[in-house]
Amino acid sequence: MAVDDALKNHAAERRLFLARTIAASLVLLILIGLLIARVMYLQVFQHGYYETQSKDNRMRAEVVPPVRGLIFDRDGVLLANNQPAYRLDIVPEQIANLADTIKRLGQIVSISDADKSRFYSRERQTPSFRGTPIRLSLTQPEVARFEVNREQFPGVDIRAGLTRTYPEGRYAAHVVGYVGGITERDLREVDNKRYRGSSHIGKAGVELSYESLLHGYPGSRVVETNASGRALRQLEVHPPQAGDSLYLTLDSKLQKTAFQALGDKDGAVVALNPKNGGILAMASTPSYNPNLFVDGISQANYSRLLNDPHNPLFNRALQGQYPPGSTIKPVMAIGALETGAIQPDKKVWCPGYITLPGSDHRYRDWKRSGQGWIDLTQAIERSSDVYFYKLGMKLGIDNIHSYGTMFGLGKKTGVDLPRENAGILPSRAWKHAHRHRPWYPGETLITVIGQGYMSTTPLQLALMASELAERGHAYRPHILKARRDPKTGLVTAEKPEPLPPIELKDKRHWDIVINAMKGVVNNPHGTAHRYVGHNLKYPIAGKSGSAQVAGLAQNEVAPDLDSIPWRLREHALFIAFAPIDDPKIAVAVVVEHGGGGSSVAGPIARRVIDAYLDEQAANRASATLQASNQSPP
Amino acid sequence: MSMTTTARDTPSTLSGWLIHWRIDIQLLAALCSCTLLGLFVLYSASGQSDTLVINQAIRLGIGLVGMIVVAQIPPHWFRTAAPWIYVIGLVLLIATLVLGDAAMGARRWLDIGVVRFQPSEIIKLVVPLTVAAYFHERALPPRLPQVLVAALIIGVPVALVVKQPDLGTAILIIAGGGFALFFAGLRWRVIILLIVLAAAAAPLLWFNMHAYQQQRVLTFLNPASDPLGAGYHITQSKIAIGSGGLFGKGWLNGTQAHLNFLPEADTDFIFAVFSEENGLFGVLGLMAIYCFIVARGLFIAVKSQDTFQRLAAASLSMTFFFYAFVNMGMVAGLLPVVGVPLPLFSYGGTSMVMLLASFGILMSIHTHRKLLAT
Repeated sequence: MAVDDALKNHAAERRLFLARTIAASLVLLILIGLLIARVMYLQVFQHGYYETQSKDNRMRAEVVPPVRGLIFDRDGVLLANNQPAYRLDIVPEQIANLADTIKRLGQIVSISDADKSRFYSRERQTPSFRGTPIRLSLTQPEVARFEVNREQFPGVDIRAGLTRTYPEGRYAAHVVGYVGGITERDLREVDNKRYRGSSHIGKAGVELSYESLLHGYPGSRVVETNASGRALRQLEVHPPQAGDSLYLTLDSKLQKTAFQALGDKDGAVVALNPKNGGILAMASTPSYNPNLFVDGISQANYSRLLNDPHNPLFNRALQGQYPPGSTIKPVMAIGALETGAIQPDKKVWCPGYITLPGSDHRYRDWKRSGQGWIDLTQAIERSSDVYFYKLGMKLGIDNIHSYGTMFGLGKKTGVDLPRENAGILPSRAWKHAHRHRPWYPGETLITVIGQGYMSTTPLQLALMASELAERGHAYRPHILKARRDPKTGLVTAEKPEPLPPIELKDKRHWDIVINAMKGVVNNPHGTAHRYVGHNLKYPIAGKSGSAQVAGLAQNEVAPDLDSIPWRLREHALFIAFAPIDDPKIAVAVVVEHGGGGSSVAGPIARRVIDAYLDEQAANRASATLQASNQSPP
Repeated sequence: MSMTTTARDTPSTLSGWLIHWRIDIQLLAALCSCTLLGLFVLYSASGQSDTLVINQAIRLGIGLVGMIVVAQIPPHWFRTAAPWIYVIGLVLLIATLVLGDAAMGARRWLDIGVVRFQPSEIIKLVVPLTVAAYFHERALPPRLPQVLVAALIIGVPVALVVKQPDLGTAILIIAGGGFALFFAGLRWRVIILLIVLAAAAAPLLWFNMHAYQQQRVLTFLNPASDPLGAGYHITQSKIAIGSGGLFGKGWLNGTQAHLNFLPEADTDFIFAVFSEENGLFGVLGLMAIYCFIVARGLFIAVKSQDTFQRLAAASLSMTFFFYAFVNMGMVAGLLPVVGVPLPLFSYGGTSMVMLLASFGILMSIHTHRKLLAT
């Protein structure tokens, strides 16, 4: 500072400052001149034009909101519809005493506190010359009562509009989602210009993920008003452009079957078309009624849904993360075959448990007596844990991780539905980052049977089943099948996106594993034979799984299922695909705390596959029948 | 309070009393005529709302008292305090980002129990002061490292304000700090380089803008493209100004605002109401008052006795002019719509109080001069 001060030349600085002040004054004069020139241009040269404009300024532009696109299932069954409804709008600037008007309105139509708070919060964000709804979905008697008393309420108006309804209700709630009132937070995410005049926006499911397609573009109209601003007639109209209608890959009949098959259990069913990744069914139970949300859900209903211990708002198919249990054994088997960790025909001694060197911790088989001498096929059919412990030791965690990744575990599938979870596919790096510990050999053993840190979503399991069904040539799961342009009526099909193929060094490894999965259901020793394998009309491959929720103490004997509290029971899982030679459907079932994978989840998968293949057969039959009827005699 | 700089007599006349309380009579006269005129226009623009005008008058009173209080403080106090207030302002800005109220999708307000206010208003005032304080002890014109430090002083709050997002205020902060740099003697070639760089960076800025900000720029370029939004504002405000003609429609007779064709008539678009009712001559008169205030400020700057005072007085005066120009330019359709109120006119508390405080600083600088041998 002192050095700087010594260098300061006060006279020079004063001169510099004076020069700058003069320069600034010049700029100031130029800008003022510019401004005056502009105002003169408007007030002198264009005065006549603007004076006429001002006198004739009885025109006001208004927004016409677009009609939201409809949502159909693959066969055109309506999943989201627009129904005519009446709403009551208040234009605040035309009203002297807002509170009093609302109070008097309340004597004619019912206005709840929720209506009021929604009105006031939205009214603050809307210019006062634009209407804000005080009530949505008026009943016919309310419309009539208001019309009779209309004279007492200048500035209040009934507007006919459309309201969203979901005919399939709770069956497809998690997939289709729902719309709700636009909030400030929503407006930050979207182009505000497109939402002028609109009251609703997608909040969940397809309604959210395809909001930009469904919403459409607003139009405008110029209306002539009287001196108090009331619209007298329409002068110019730019019609809005309705949103696209969407066709989903969903089969609403199958969706209902899946939902009903789950019954009163908590769980999820995901059925994919392995040939293109289309989601045929995605059920999550318990569910909720999406129609409740459209006009603002009541506090009582909302807290009931939020506080329900079974969490109905949660989409288990996409967000639920469960240990996959033995359902990942086929994938682990492929990894072991490819890396040469095992010989498929070599029999391995499988007692009831094994221990690792230097530890007396027992890693048990689910069958306490052990499986004896078995090969890979038998190990998959009977779901031997000890065989896979030994397999896992040879395979190692790094290979487990890389083969799991190949089959889509531990990462989002990229489905076109919101809020998907990624699950966890543990690795050395993952454990170091999340647990700050090295990887222990014992953890490899529990990972290879799908326990421990590992977790997967039902959607991931269905994708894994598709990869097995299509021998590594699966597609990204998706829900949108096609969209229809409202203007041209043209339906454009979405192109399925193939996932990076899984190329095995030896293609016969697919046969070995798929054949073993066939044995799970068809072989009398297979875990699912008793529950799934009866009266089969098609070849099916499956794999059961049970995911431990609470660990057993070292010497504890697994107790009888019914004596365990529900919360501590194992999750039941099952993956399957059929027909084996030409797969048409791949299914994953998870039943929370269901107990046995084969006995509880297996029959649900069977019922879904049966329904789908029967329906396909029936469709084919009717198609042939039609064709033969139309052909000339 | 330091009273040692000039000899004081007990005031016997009004002007004596004003001098005693360190008030610059010419500046006060211009400010009072401007704000009183503003109250009349506000009465008309608000649709003859008594409450609005009374509210504004109360704030004006608070602002004037604040201005006189500030005028009593010796200028070197501002120099010492500016960096500290600057740091506090930054902390408040960050607090706003973290816990501020989101009004209309932007976090600008901070609720501190008693009052809700915008920390960016403090920052607008204190940035030019901090830059001036920084250059006070340094040899001028500044060398590159010093210019960079000054740019950092300006840049940090600008980045925080842009994040709110509030582009209008960001531009005003850049202007305030930029004027201080300019008066400090930032070399012309650097100024030209900055202008060229800004022009080159414009596309980059464009892609980082929020959709609504891009919309405003597009609308400015073609108002007819969006007749319902900002374009509607501009179209209606041009009708208001143009229909005013030479002499205007007379007080309370403007139709544009009263029939609600013109939105935000009492805040950002009050100049349109003024032009409609008072015509070109009214506009020339208003500009004369604004020019007089700025000229008086620059005069005070030239007369002041140290670097800080010079830079502070000059940059505060030019910033005031810049506010007025940006608002009038926007309303007249010369500039894009940015949310900048018309100084001393628009309805709003914080901005009025902070502006009058900045004039208090000017008065303090002018009335605390020491007698120097020439």
